[in-house]
Amino acid sequence: MTELVKPVRPEFRNINAFKDLRTYRLPPAGWVSILHRVSGAIMFVLLPFIIWMFDTSVSSEISFAKFKACFNVGMLGIPGVLWKLVALALIWAYLHHFAAGLRHLWMDISHKAVSKEFGKTSALATLAVSLGLALILGLKLFGAY
Amino acid sequence: MSVNYGSRRIVAGAHYGLRDWLAQRATAGIMALFTIIVLAQLLFSRGPMGYDKWAGIFSAQWMKVLTFAVVLALAYHVWVGMRDIWMDYVKPVGVRLMLHIFTIVWLLGCAGWAVQVLWRL
Repeated sequence: MTELVKPVRPEFRNINAFKDLRTYRLPPAGWVSILHRVSGAIMFVLLPFIIWMFDTSVSSEISFAKFKACFNVGMLGIPGVLWKLVALALIWAYLHHFAAGLRHLWMDISHKAVSKEFGKTSALATLAVSLGLALILGLKLFGAY
Repeated sequence: MSVNYGSRRIVAGAHYGLRDWLAQRATAGIMALFTIIVLAQLLFSRGPMGYDKWAGIFSAQWMKVLTFAVVLALAYHVWVGMRDIWMDYVKPVGVRLMLHIFTIVWLLGCAGWAVQVLWRL
């Protein structure tokens, strides 16, 4: 009996955030997945700001004016442009979370959608829709048209 | 998962995967529907959008009832999502438990605020 030589097999472990992220090539579906998480976390952190916007925009004429002034003039010493950027981040986060969520639901319903090809094309479509709409709404927000 | 009692009891986890998985999807559906309903009212309103029209959308009783349900759905949905994030990235059980409690307090506070705004409208 010859000795069984254990071949050296490559090991695949979780990627290291500090060493591997720079060179790690994530497929489109991976980008949609991590951005789904990031966009959700952004909205969680900014939830009080979202409800503040709901509160001031809907409560009275005076608070509505305050709501508008936040973005046009500024608030708490922070210029309006930065508040608009925060709003744009929320707009993107909502759009991405919405589109990626619909993609998830579609994959839950249809077994045909659970394939490598559909995963890639639907991921690219998700990114195109969320980034495209965020761009259009962002230009509107900053008064480009 | 062999021992899950006494000092080895898992105190911070998903516990019942399917129920929350399904709830996450059901609440997502409710919020998506709500988004479409609000968008439709914005798009089909005539004239420039001002305070009256914007507040008018949410002052209808059926819209208040729907928005209330959406606030609750949102809180549940975000709870499941944030808990998933903590469970994936935070391993020490004490820190994770603290973050879970923070998440619940954060969400309950926000939900209470939103409901207050809604019902004084």
